[in-house]
Amino acid sequence: MKQNILLFSILTILASCSKDSTAPANDPNEKGVVVLEFDNRAGTDDLILNNQQYRNATGESLTISKFAYYVSNFRLITASGQVYTVPQDSSYLLISEDNKASGFHTLYNVPAGDYTQVKFMIGVDSARNTMDISKRPGVLDPAEGAADMYWSWNSGYIFAKLEGGSPASTDAQKLFRYHIGLYGGNFNNGPRTLNNTREVTLTIPNNGKAIVRRDRRAQIHFFADALKMLNGTTNVSVAVNPNVMAGPYSEKIADNYTQMFNIDHVHNE
Amino acid sequence: MHHRYRWGRGIVLPLLTVVTSVACHKQSTPPGPATNITFVKPAGFPEPVYRLADNPVTNDGFALGKVLFYDGVLSRDGTISCASCHIQANAFTHHGHDVSHGIEDRLGTRNSPPIQNLAWSTTFFWDGGVHDLDLQPIAPIENPVEMDDKLNNVIGKLQRNNRYQQLFEKAFGSPGINSTRMLKALSQFMVMLVSADSRYDRFIAGKENFSETEKKGLALFEQRCASCHKPPLFTDNSFRNNGVAPRPFGTDSGRAKITLLEEDLYKFKVPSLRNVALTAPYMHDGRFGSLESVMNHYDNGFYPTASLDPVFKSGFTLSQDDKQALIAFLKTLSDKGFITDERFAPPPGFVQGD
Repeated sequence: MKQNILLFSILTILASCSKDSTAPANDPNEKGVVVLEFDNRAGTDDLILNNQQYRNATGESLTISKFAYYVSNFRLITASGQVYTVPQDSSYLLISEDNKASGFHTLYNVPAGDYTQVKFMIGVDSARNTMDISKRPGVLDPAEGAADMYWSWNSGYIFAKLEGGSPASTDAQKLFRYHIGLYGGNFNNGPRTLNNTREVTLTIPNNGKAIVRRDRRAQIHFFADALKMLNGTTNVSVAVNPNVMAGPYSEKIADNYTQMFNIDHVHNE
Repeated sequence: MHHRYRWGRGIVLPLLTVVTSVACHKQSTPPGPATNITFVKPAGFPEPVYRLADNPVTNDGFALGKVLFYDGVLSRDGTISCASCHIQANAFTHHGHDVSHGIEDRLGTRNSPPIQNLAWSTTFFWDGGVHDLDLQPIAPIENPVEMDDKLNNVIGKLQRNNRYQQLFEKAFGSPGINSTRMLKALSQFMVMLVSADSRYDRFIAGKENFSETEKKGLALFEQRCASCHKPPLFTDNSFRNNGVAPRPFGTDSGRAKITLLEEDLYKFKVPSLRNVALTAPYMHDGRFGSLESVMNHYDNGFYPTASLDPVFKSGFTLSQDDKQALIAFLKTLSDKGFITDERFAPPPGFVQGD
């Protein structure tokens, strides 16, 4: 009997340590915390600005001096298909490699559940792009976070920026600049302009899940591969197109960045 | 062309103001008193497009907007204010300049348009790249050939300025200077720039007589021009290619720059013709120095491109008499009250460049 009690105690302790076997979330009011971490990469490697040489799919050698992007409109999805939409006002993230803190975002009051997928937008939706300036604080304020990510002459956000240098570049300064924006506006009821916002749905690998409970904290670790802005459905050459901004070719890079993200793993604490 | 006027560099100017007013035993509180500033929709005008309910015009908001409008602090080196290229006497254009020169005399590529009746404007700039008046000022502030600064830097300069700290608090009821407040204050000043009291307006209201030539011009205008330059705003806010010949070097593709559409090549915003006699030169690049040249252009002077407006494709002529009558009519659109309105005039201490 004594032995049984001991065994039971050990099992109980073990169970409470192994956090992957948490009781299912039953209380509809239970809320937890999710941390989104965006880790910028270059292929299989960590992204190192300025000093590290990389090679794109067309074989050009290059260095990267700037990598920044907006991700927005986050939705967390459970295996059974229940969707939690992060409140829109707190759903705009600007991640910039030169500011490591920008890669971490904490979502509070996420309904308890076992989430297996994350859906989000690359860029800033047309509604926010046309919203009153007072509704664009922080990373969306052209005088603050968006200072470097906003076109004043064609008003709208730059969704993704990749800049650097390459001996192969045909730019006078041997640089390349990819500033991708345009959100599909249709002013004066005219035809819609190019829409380079993209939606992606990512699945947590290895049947993993982000376990959200009152007393726990799930951290979803995303990878963003900067080189995939150049490599993908269109392999971009810095010799042929050293500067791409608000022009038709930007669409090709937007298609590329659709494939730029993946979830590498999740920590359930 | 450089402006010596700058509002309260640090605390020197406010201090001077205090010293002066003490010394003179007289209350002088520049900027000029903005008494009872209210936005009034002129009779016959449509509902404004600008969301006035979100940014109601107040005396103190307007006063702040006006100080910002006339202050070189909005530019990198303090020499260029909005008023450098938007002069009240010329209906807030840069009269005499085909394209404006900005900081360090750098030249732009387009003619500075009048600032008038912006509350009814659906888009801004010749290519319509900006769709909200509140966002408009960011473009000249950040344009390297205009003010060549960064919005965050301008906000920083304002935040460090005691005088502006006071003006912002007065305008918005609490301390704090940020982009929203600065842009809203500028919008309050700009939406107040309403021109609706020209001789034409008074003629329509039955308070003024037109000469026979002016009457003929009006009739011609209604028949030939008014479909695009639609009264009472004298624009339909659309983008059109009126056949202005593209320059062989540095062609401006116009609206296509924004929409990336072939069909929008060489289209530009139809400008309002209010105060047109005061706003020479004309067209997006200011190529025509006189209304006579403009009339000659509209007398089959069109450069044929695929996007040329259909109205000009099958021939569009004006006789010599037509031209004279039209010019006589266009001159009735000058609004003397607007260009001399004390409320919009430069604050004390402002020195206009050339």
